Amino acid sequence: MSSGAFTDSIGHDSTSTWSTAQVGMLAFLCSEAAFFATLLIGYLTYAGVEMAGPTPKSLSLPLAITNTVFLLLSSVTIVLSLKSQSRTDRSGFTLWMLVTAGLGMSFLVGTGFEWYRLIYHDGLTISRNLFGTTFFTLVGFHATHVTVGILAMIVLVIRRSKGWMAVDSEAPELVSWYWHLVDGVWLLILVLVYLMGR
Amino acid sequence: MTAAPQSHAHDSDSSFRPPLTARLHDWVTTVDHKRIGLMYVIMSLLFLVVGGIEAMLIRFQLWTANNTLVSADTFNQLFTMHGTTMIFFVVMPMIAGFANYLVPLMIGCRDVAFPRLNALGFWLSLFGGCILYLSYFTGKGLYGGGAAPDVGWFAYAPLTSPAYARGGSVDYWILGTMVSGIGGITFAVNLIATIVTMRAPGMRLGQVPLFVWMMLIDAWLILFAFPPLTAAQVMLLMDRHLGAHFFDTQAGGSAVLWQHLFWFFGHPEVYIMALPAFGIISEVVPVFSRKVIFGYTSMAMATAAIGFISMGVWAHHMFTVGMSDALDAIFSAASFLIAVPTGIKIFNWTATLYGGRLRLKTPMLFALGFLTMFLIGGLTGIMLAAVPVDWQVSDSYFLVAHFHYVLFGGSLFALMAGFYYWFPKATGRMLGEELGRLHFWLLFVGFNVLFGPMHVSGVLGMPRRVYTYQPGQGWEVWNQLSTIGGVIMGIGFLCFFGNVMHSLFRGKSAGSDPWDAWTLEWATTSPPAVYNFEVVPEVRSRRPLWDLKHPEDPDWKHE
Amino acid sequence: MLLVPGLVLCATSESTWGQIPEMFDPAGPNAESVRSVFWLVLAVCTVIFIVVGGTILAFVIRFRERTIDAETEPPQFYGSQPIELAWTLAPALTVLMLALVVIRSVIELRTAPPMQHDQRVRVVGHQWWWEFEYPDYGFSTANELVIPVSEGDQRRSIHLQLESADVIHSFWVPRLAGKTDLIPAKTNEMWLAADQEGTYFGRCAEYCGTQHAKMLIRVDVVSEAAFVQWVEQQKKPAAWNQAVQTGHDRFMELACANCHTIRGTDARGRFGPDLTHLMSRHALASGIMENTQANLTRWIKNPNLDKAGCRMPNMRLSDEDVQAIVDYLLTLR
Repeated sequence: MSSGAFTDSIGHDSTSTWSTAQVGMLAFLCSEAAFFATLLIGYLTYAGVEMAGPTPKSLSLPLAITNTVFLLLSSVTIVLSLKSQSRTDRSGFTLWMLVTAGLGMSFLVGTGFEWYRLIYHDGLTISRNLFGTTFFTLVGFHATHVTVGILAMIVLVIRRSKGWMAVDSEAPELVSWYWHLVDGVWLLILVLVYLMGR
Repeated sequence: MTAAPQSHAHDSDSSFRPPLTARLHDWVTTVDHKRIGLMYVIMSLLFLVVGGIEAMLIRFQLWTANNTLVSADTFNQLFTMHGTTMIFFVVMPMIAGFANYLVPLMIGCRDVAFPRLNALGFWLSLFGGCILYLSYFTGKGLYGGGAAPDVGWFAYAPLTSPAYARGGSVDYWILGTMVSGIGGITFAVNLIATIVTMRAPGMRLGQVPLFVWMMLIDAWLILFAFPPLTAAQVMLLMDRHLGAHFFDTQAGGSAVLWQHLFWFFGHPEVYIMALPAFGIISEVVPVFSRKVIFGYTSMAMATAAIGFISMGVWAHHMFTVGMSDALDAIFSAASFLIAVPTGIKIFNWTATLYGGRLRLKTPMLFALGFLTMFLIGGLTGIMLAAVPVDWQVSDSYFLVAHFHYVLFGGSLFALMAGFYYWFPKATGRMLGEELGRLHFWLLFVGFNVLFGPMHVSGVLGMPRRVYTYQPGQGWEVWNQLSTIGGVIMGIGFLCFFGNVMHSLFRGKSAGSDPWDAWTLEWATTSPPAVYNFEVVPEVRSRRPLWDLKHPEDPDWKHE
Repeated sequence: MLLVPGLVLCATSESTWGQIPEMFDPAGPNAESVRSVFWLVLAVCTVIFIVVGGTILAFVIRFRERTIDAETEPPQFYGSQPIELAWTLAPALTVLMLALVVIRSVIELRTAPPMQHDQRVRVVGHQWWWEFEYPDYGFSTANELVIPVSEGDQRRSIHLQLESADVIHSFWVPRLAGKTDLIPAKTNEMWLAADQEGTYFGRCAEYCGTQHAKMLIRVDVVSEAAFVQWVEQQKKPAAWNQAVQTGHDRFMELACANCHTIRGTDARGRFGPDLTHLMSRHALASGIMENTQANLTRWIKNPNLDKAGCRMPNMRLSDEDVQAIVDYLLTLR
């Protein structure tokens, strides 16, 4: 039912400075934050508990910092992409969006490398000990969110290049909000898992 | 299904009736907030019947000591399924249904913010319920009683670990509630965006009907309470299938962590189910008292306060797990504190009655029933917040009585009030008043005969979740009273369903404003057209229709 | 509505339904202290219920619509700040008072009493029975806790160390104390003391699986002298009687010995209850039936008959084996 057409024709209360989609996204991000907060609490509950097998000390800090740089840069490039959009600079938008997705993928490759080393060299699996359990769950869900973000960016680029998306569409901005949240969660993980655990 | 064919017929020739498959297709693919709302309510009523039958089996099994009507395993499945069903698949969808149907009408917009997301939310909820009930067809199948989850609705670890819960029954519980929980999150996102950005011209956030305001707080609670449950359930799934150790006490995991995470969801969930009830009462009581709600602002503020405090009281479900004195004290004090805003609400409703002209129609009867039943539930809640008392009566039938007074006497009575109040709006027909009164009185008497004695069997030492008990402890008579109460309530619900069926086809025509009410949903036709309003009036106060009906003394002069 | 009269009826009159609710009839200082808090909150809540409920009822009667009423709407009151403030402060003060009482009571109850004449018992919850280990004397028994009574100033406080072997259970004997959970991989503490000799019943209060309903507790409070005698008896290894040699041998050869301990024999299993002095106990299978020869036979033949799903399997023993084993067990006094 295309009641949406009516929705726009009716004047809404003008006191709200936020668009409907923005409020929706904000609410959704709150639920995401609550989800990650719970996973972090799960991690912190068992942080520092004596256990057999690898501990956070076997994590590679240089790798984590490289990954952090990728993600922080990507938060900058996605802002550049939005700036290009507001200047209706179509190729700039696409370019920066692809750079962002590329940085995200570099992060995933870094995570993949880290996991490979943890699993095959240190023997850390999800069932090895509580560190493995909590670490892989937390970082795994974060990496899943990065993946979803990258997919969203690719969809944006395709839609833009095919002309399926309005020039002033809110979608890129909303994706950038999501991306910043994923970024922020990573910073928390960096501090709580990689730095505090050492 | 015939609940709102008019909305479809409205646009075209009213004598034309498309074939059944086409109408069914229309319903399945609809994104109209009203149809989705109705589907939520229908789903809720179906599960109410299932959950009610489970409850009756529980009651018959407990009729006498050492009864053998059902086996231990079957009984344990029954109370698990009863609790899970009533919370996730009866009260939650009923609330979602009311909110979906009413919020856009009350704030004067033509649909919710994200109609397709809304449809997704409904189907997730429904499929969650289906997943849960599929468990009955697993294991040895229905002839062997199925392999439904038997871990209680809060599924304490490590009873849910692979060592103690073999087979897939717990997975059905996890997936069913998780899927419907995700549906709940989409519902909340949608509702917040709708209420915040799509109000009619002139309607400030401080002027929305109290039901809308309470649904807004409710949606925020859902957003912060459900994701932790989802995360905890993810952890449990990883424990069960990937060899993780979150709740595996053999490998250093913690059984108490599950309790913290579950109740961090579980307690706000109580308010998630109670706030919409408060909202309905805040609409019904003024209209049937013919008075404006007393203290709108303090009502709204009390709701927000309940929302905040409810996030910080979860461990009052855990006074017996051996927490530190400090934690016990803090959670006890916080739980007491929540009585203050709740008290404000009860006093404000009571003050609304004062000096009014009370029309004791069925919705108002249910609202008054709610007031008294919820008062009792709230007071026993205060008793349970007193830690030493909790040490004695927690996990006894006293507790069972307490939360049924809150959730059944509270939430469900209010939802019934709302059902009688808005049924004319949704269908264009009045629900029968005679059968309605009979339904109320049977329910009210049956409810008290069922749950009142549970307070007593609780202080007599009867623990919850026992499939049988030893004779000679004086428990039989109280259990028999409870069972009789259950039968009375069952008859009450038969009246209700009969009334609904009869009224759908033969009910008195309602007109657009049968109760002479004041909020925007009564400004449009019953049932409303697909687009809700042809013209939305400019809103200047909290009771736009009062302003229209009483131009000599409009509300906005007093706000 | 039935709550208040029901509770009062039950709590005050012994004759009406045959008994006083256990938690209102404390047999020790711990439960007594809880009772006083219970009475206080019950009284406060009853008063609130009568006042508020009465007001609602009065308003409904006074202000219900009458046919003689005019058609005009009644006067509209939008609210009143002083009134709303008043009914914010009144409940706030009430709950503050209650909170203070509760916090004081929690601290008082949690702080163990003077340690003189202290008795330690380790309680381990199993699906679905209780293990009571007396670490000071080196024996353990099952389902029936025996403790000495406090006489005069000689308070015998019993310290329970609560643990679980599998899932969460909860130890609850209403006449002696409120409940405390037994949680795997966590040790909880609680104390109790009894002022009167007698037998007190309790039960598991946290759902723990199929037979949660049949996990009962019996506490025998006995005089100091009787307690000492009981301890001496329990400390002894199992009695030996040549006449039941066959039963003894069958017990050791069949799987019984894998799960049960009989001190002084080769049976050292820890999975089921210690049977060294089985016949000194009153009941079988965690309190669900009397400990008689007939019941023992029935139980060993098929434990699932009375406790479906229970961890003790049906060993499909021949009648002769069952008879021999029962004869042997009957000698374990």
